[in-house]
Amino acid sequence: MIRSILLTATAVATLGMANPLAAQNVVITNATVATGDGSDPIENATVVIQDGRVVSAGTGGAAPAGATIIDGAGKWVTPGLFAAATTLGLWDVGSVSESNDQAASGSPFSAALDVAPALNPASQHVAIARAGGITRASVYSRPSSSIFGGQGAMVDLGTDANMLMRPRAFQMVALGESGARLGGGSRTGAHALLRNALREAGQYGDDSQLVGRAAARERDVSGDDLPIDPRLLDNATERGSDTLLTRFDAAALVPVVRGQQPLYVLVERAADIQQVLALKSEFADLDLVLVGVSEGWLVANDIAAAGVPVIADALDDLPSSFEQLAATQSNVGRMIEAGVQVAIGGLDGGTDGQPRSATQFAGNLVALGKLPGAAGLSWGQAFATISSTPAAIAGYSGRLGVLMPGAAGDLVLWDGDPLELDAAPTRVFIDGVEQPLVNHQTRLRDRYRDLDESDLPKAYDW
Amino acid sequence: MRFRALTVLGGAMALAACSTTGDGQSANTTRVQSAAAPFASTYTPYPGTPTALVGATVYDGKGGGIANGTVLFENGKVVSVGDASLSTAGYTVIDGTGKFVTPGIIDIHSHLGDYPSPSVDAHADGNEATSPTTPEVWAEHSVWPQDPGFSRAMANGGITSLQVLPGSANLMGGRSATLKNVPSRTVQGMKFPGAPYGFKMACGENPKRVYGNRGRMPSTRMGNFALNRQTWLDAQDYADGDRADRDLAKETLAGVLDGDILVHNHCYRADEMALVMDMAKEMGYRVTAFHHAVEAYKIGDLLRENDVCSAIWADWYGFKMESYDGIPENAALLQNEGACVVIHSDDQNGIQRLNQEAAKAQAAGVRMGIAIPDAQVISWITYNAAKAMGIADMTGSLETGKMADIVLWNGDPLSVYSRPEKVWIDGALMYDALDRKRRPVSDFELGQPGEGDVK
Repeated sequence: MIRSILLTATAVATLGMANPLAAQNVVITNATVATGDGSDPIENATVVIQDGRVVSAGTGGAAPAGATIIDGAGKWVTPGLFAAATTLGLWDVGSVSESNDQAASGSPFSAALDVAPALNPASQHVAIARAGGITRASVYSRPSSSIFGGQGAMVDLGTDANMLMRPRAFQMVALGESGARLGGGSRTGAHALLRNALREAGQYGDDSQLVGRAAARERDVSGDDLPIDPRLLDNATERGSDTLLTRFDAAALVPVVRGQQPLYVLVERAADIQQVLALKSEFADLDLVLVGVSEGWLVANDIAAAGVPVIADALDDLPSSFEQLAATQSNVGRMIEAGVQVAIGGLDGGTDGQPRSATQFAGNLVALGKLPGAAGLSWGQAFATISSTPAAIAGYSGRLGVLMPGAAGDLVLWDGDPLELDAAPTRVFIDGVEQPLVNHQTRLRDRYRDLDESDLPKAYDW
Repeated sequence: MRFRALTVLGGAMALAACSTTGDGQSANTTRVQSAAAPFASTYTPYPGTPTALVGATVYDGKGGGIANGTVLFENGKVVSVGDASLSTAGYTVIDGTGKFVTPGIIDIHSHLGDYPSPSVDAHADGNEATSPTTPEVWAEHSVWPQDPGFSRAMANGGITSLQVLPGSANLMGGRSATLKNVPSRTVQGMKFPGAPYGFKMACGENPKRVYGNRGRMPSTRMGNFALNRQTWLDAQDYADGDRADRDLAKETLAGVLDGDILVHNHCYRADEMALVMDMAKEMGYRVTAFHHAVEAYKIGDLLRENDVCSAIWADWYGFKMESYDGIPENAALLQNEGACVVIHSDDQNGIQRLNQEAAKAQAAGVRMGIAIPDAQVISWITYNAAKAMGIADMTGSLETGKMADIVLWNGDPLSVYSRPEKVWIDGALMYDALDRKRRPVSDFELGQPGEGDVK
């Protein structure tokens, strides 16, 4: 059964607005404003939010009538940060498997997995990331039963019940060593699986005449239309007898092979990166995003020439495996210098870092500028790696992670330089709606401010 | 301190023994045992030049700070720390204007060397997870001196000393190794001369998960404690005896009971830390430091009263049930309560930015009204760590006569924008950001992509 494309018409779905009925007009004056577009911060500037959208950000903005005016003297204002490649909303305690939906190692499906129904906006990590100035994120499904992890989503970290911005926003596949392990014990197995899967998906898509946007793929696809779920279309098509993928998985990969759904590839080693880029000679429409990329600097010119964006582990500098021998903190700076579009990501709460550490990691990239031989970033460039660039890679260029007219009213007020270690958000807005910053950690902090139990046990202190 | 019935030379083999055959023939086997401590440190300081650091902000590691300060060191030792009036005659002067000087940074909790890079199975030597109590193993026997992690720790983190511990799979993991962060072909060449041994213990989820999954004790927290307590009781029997029959496990436990070996106990939950402190009292030993201690802020008073340090992260939390209540204000609340705070990494990446983690912890405190001076914060990663490792009389602070383990930072070490510019260990310049060749490259990295690169 073929359905026509379902277009969402309601404004609520547009950019997944947090709560338009409560959207405010907010004006912050006299603050140091970083717009997130790579430029340096502007002092004594004003940001105007109206009806949940940015109207202006810079010196000399006009405040609309009835706006809440916040004096930003001594403070910084930035767009909400965009956490690229995280697992926010999919887990409560990492080692408590019942609470951890990052991977489905026992599932018969892989590419067809979809994080959207598993997202939990009430996860403490969402609240803690939000209090750290992160307002949007791309959430992935980690490969565990196969090289394909499933379909990730774009989310907002608002306190309201609707976390999902855009489901089935990208597919994730593991190559390199993790792909080899999942693909039968060798990179040869992973690559065979990958090619076979894309071949089967291509065949299935043609045979079943799955409807999809036939238009040329765009990096910045509109967020207004919910993508159709190709997994649910067509059960009638006969498939060959030598297929390896389930029908469900094959259908899920049809948009990937057609370039309608980006393919996020986990890869580290220079040679592996080049192999991934070479996939385009076999599957010309693939819309690739590289994730990890510790040795990206060795092949930065190739990545730049291919126009493929990178979500990098910011500060990997150890040969932690044979696929990261050349890791260096100068990796990101060198790639950017070569013209690669690089966002910082992969901070998913493990030993590599939490989402709220993004500002610290970006600040470290600025620090490198003072070291001879190291490739550092300017403040503006570094801030862009955690704001406008990850938003653009996610398809929201000009609309998220940046303070420019028409962008979402995601705003963070900081008590100092956001990249410096002693600064923290004091107020966070998503779509112009102020967000609560209370969470499990702040409540514990308040309870244990003192240890006085002379009247009652601590349990009564709430 | 456990009372010893007989005086024995702690840990050392004091007797040389000869064996003869019963029929009077002269022995053709002679066992000669060294009187020195086994696996003794062979580290000696490398050459340096008399150096004066002038015009920097100097933090002495014990909470003192001098603006526009002068630090003089020579022959591997700190000669003097003072203000601009200090004479620098006879010293090579390094201008520290706009820069900062601190003691070398010390990581009290590392697995560099025993879980080195690359992290492959053949290198996984940090947990002898074949029995829940393995006091007999010594971490130094697992340390691979060619771990590239050591050089990153030096160059990016200013690390000059570190304690390499066994992991936390076991209730009793074995002896730790205190090392100078100076490259060597052998681990003996890295061992910190004169440092006492540490003893790794772990409570909570890890031991009971590892062994419970195999259907053996411990599989519960109560099993953790029962096995620990019984092991201590058995150790007391040995410690009270003549100790003539060598037993590696008992020797280590006896060393703890004697007070010579310092206990470092991985423990997250407040209630478990309270139980461990009571167990220590029952069995007659001290806990020197709890490690990770994410709930330490809930019992700052108990920790202060028992004189136990907390070696903690700034803000890592949530990865295990027992870390769910971790908060960024942990260090500040402990400091405010008068308890001992150490910032640690337990991670080959985190060791490269202990200074940054300390700054984050400080800032969390400021936001809740606990203002801890910068100079005091520096002590969390220098002097306090040295104290908890039993080496504070030798290093950890810039004081006359102590080891010249010193970092010159290119800015405020509590700023994300700063990095070490120069690192001296025992007065020898072991790293210089301005000299491409003055940085170590481990054997593993030679001829590989990225050899000698800035990391």
